[in-house]
Amino acid sequence: MRELYARLKALYPLGELTEQRKNLAFVTVPAAHLRDTLLHLRDKEGFTHLVLLTAVDWLEEGQFQLTYLLNNRALACDLGLRVLIQRDTATMESIHDLWPTAATYQRELREMFGIDFPGSPRIEEEFILEGWNSIPPYRRDFDTLKYAQEAYAERPGRVTHDPETHMRLQMYPGQHPAGK
Amino acid sequence: MLDIFPPDRTQYPAKKADGTLDIDLTSGKYLKLWQGPNHPGITGNMSVELTVCGDEVVEGKTHVGYLHRGFEKLMERRTFIQVFPIVCRVCVPEPDFNEYCYAACVEELAGIEVPEMAKWIRAMILEMGRINSYMMYLGGQAGALGQGVIGQWTTYVRDLMLDRFEELTGARIYHMFILPGGVRDTLPDGFAGRMEETLCEVEKTLKDVYDVMFCNAVFKKRTVGMGVIDPSWLEPYGVTGPNARAAGVAKDVRKDSPYLIYDQLDFEPVTGQNSDIYTRADVRRRDVWVSVDLIRQILAKMPKSGAVMAPLPNVLHWQIPRGETYVRGECSRGEYGYYLVTDGSGYPRRINVRGPSYTHAMALLERMIVGCNISDVAALMVSLHTYPPEIER
Repeated sequence: MRELYARLKALYPLGELTEQRKNLAFVTVPAAHLRDTLLHLRDKEGFTHLVLLTAVDWLEEGQFQLTYLLNNRALACDLGLRVLIQRDTATMESIHDLWPTAATYQRELREMFGIDFPGSPRIEEEFILEGWNSIPPYRRDFDTLKYAQEAYAERPGRVTHDPETHMRLQMYPGQHPAGK
Repeated sequence: MLDIFPPDRTQYPAKKADGTLDIDLTSGKYLKLWQGPNHPGITGNMSVELTVCGDEVVEGKTHVGYLHRGFEKLMERRTFIQVFPIVCRVCVPEPDFNEYCYAACVEELAGIEVPEMAKWIRAMILEMGRINSYMMYLGGQAGALGQGVIGQWTTYVRDLMLDRFEELTGARIYHMFILPGGVRDTLPDGFAGRMEETLCEVEKTLKDVYDVMFCNAVFKKRTVGMGVIDPSWLEPYGVTGPNARAAGVAKDVRKDSPYLIYDQLDFEPVTGQNSDIYTRADVRRRDVWVSVDLIRQILAKMPKSGAVMAPLPNVLHWQIPRGETYVRGECSRGEYGYYLVTDGSGYPRRINVRGPSYTHAMALLERMIVGCNISDVAALMVSLHTYPPEIER
C-alpha cells in the first residue's frame, strides 16, 4: 500500500496515508484532483470496483467528507479516497461517466445530505423521500425528534417513559426516580 | 394500419439531444405501467416504472422508499451497543451479515480481539443464513415463472433451518446473536446432530428442486438466454456475488479476501458461463450445496470449547477513538459491507451500509430491463436477487 501511495503522491498532491489494515487505507485527495486520481487508480492500478460512495458530515468543522472506496480484487486491497468539501456550498464533480452506478449514490447524497453533483443523470429526481420540505435529513443538524414532533400529531393516551428513569425504578424500586 | 412496430428496434424510440428517450405518451405508441409495489412478481417493497411499446419495455425506472426507516440516521443517535439490536433489521431475509459487519467494524476500531470459537460460530451462522436466503430466492424465482410448488418446498426447509436458529439464538428471524466482542452463547447440546438432519433434508429438497424446476421445459424455455449480464458490465455497475459468478468471474469475498475462518475451509466459488437467468439460478442452487458442505466442515473442525465473548469495556460509557473502517462479507446476493466512522465520542459519527442490491436493483436493472418483454420482467428482477431494505436503509 505504501508503494502505491508513493506512486500516487508523485502524481497528485495527496494528504497523509492512513493505514487502517494491511489491505485497507484511506487518503485525502483535493477535490480538483479526484477525477484524475480515480482514473489513474481504475485504469493503471487495477482498482476497478467502486465499492461505495458516501458522505460524512463534520458539522463542527463546516465540511462534508466524501468517501470513494475502491477495491482491487487481484491484490485484495481497498483504498478509500477522502474528499473534503465545504458544507455551505456542497457541490462536487459527478463521476457517473467513470462508473454508471455512481449516479445512484450521487442521487442519494443529494437528497440525504444536500450535496449537488451537476450533470449526474436524474439527479433532480426524488430517490427515497417524497415531498420532503425540510433540510436534508442525514445532515447532523437535522433533529429527527423535533421533526417528528412537528410533522406528526401526538396520539392521545400514549405515555412515554424516560428510559433511564424507568430502568432505575425497575432495577431499584423504592429509590428516588432521579437517583438521589 | 399504424406502423408502430418498425423492424429496426434500435431506432425506436429516438433519443433527444441530452441522451434521454423521446417518449411522447400522447402518441398512443407508449404506455406507462407500474410493476409493484404490490405485485406477486416484485422482489419486496419496490416498484419499477415501465414504459412499454406493445409488450416490449423501452424504459424502466426503479422506485424505492417504501421501506425507508432512516437506519443510518437512527444509528448516529445511539451508543455503540444500542446500535447492535437494530442493524439486523436492515435486511430481513439475511440479517446476520449486518450483525457480523457491524460487530467487526466496532471490534477493529476499538481494538478488540474476538475469541477463536466465536469466529467459527459466526461463520456457521452466516452460512445458515445464506441457505435460508437462497431458499427464499429459489421459491421466488420459480414463482415468478408460475411454479408455485417450489416455493412451498423451499419454505419447508427454510423453516427447518429457522428451527436450528431458534434453538441456537432464541429467535427465528432477527437473531441478534453476533454482537461486538463475539457471540452470545456456545452451541446447545446435540446441536450438530440436529443440524446434520436439517442438512440432509436440505439436500433432499435440492434434488427435488433440480428435477422439478431446473429440468422443467417451460422454466428452461423462459430463462435460458434471457436477461444476460454482459461480463463487461460487472465493474462499471459494481456487480458482485452470484450475478458476477454466473458471468464466469469467480468473485467471492470468502475466497478473495477471507474473513473469519474461511481460509481454513476447503471450497471453491461456484461459477457459470452463460450469465442468463437460468445460469444465475443454477449458480445459487449449487451454492447451497457449498454452504451445506461448509457447515459440515465448520462443525467438524471448530474447537469443542472455549470463550465466545471477549471482555468489553463498560458498554454504557463506551467511547471509540476517531477512525474509519470498512468491513465486507460475501452474503447470498454479493458483497455486503459496513463503513463505520467514529469521532472519539460514545456514538458513531456515520454508518453506511453497502448492500449488493443497491447497485443490482438500480443502475443494473434499469439497464437490463430495456428490450425485455413485460411477462419476463418479474423473472428478470427476481434473478438479480435483490432485497429493497438494503437499498434505502
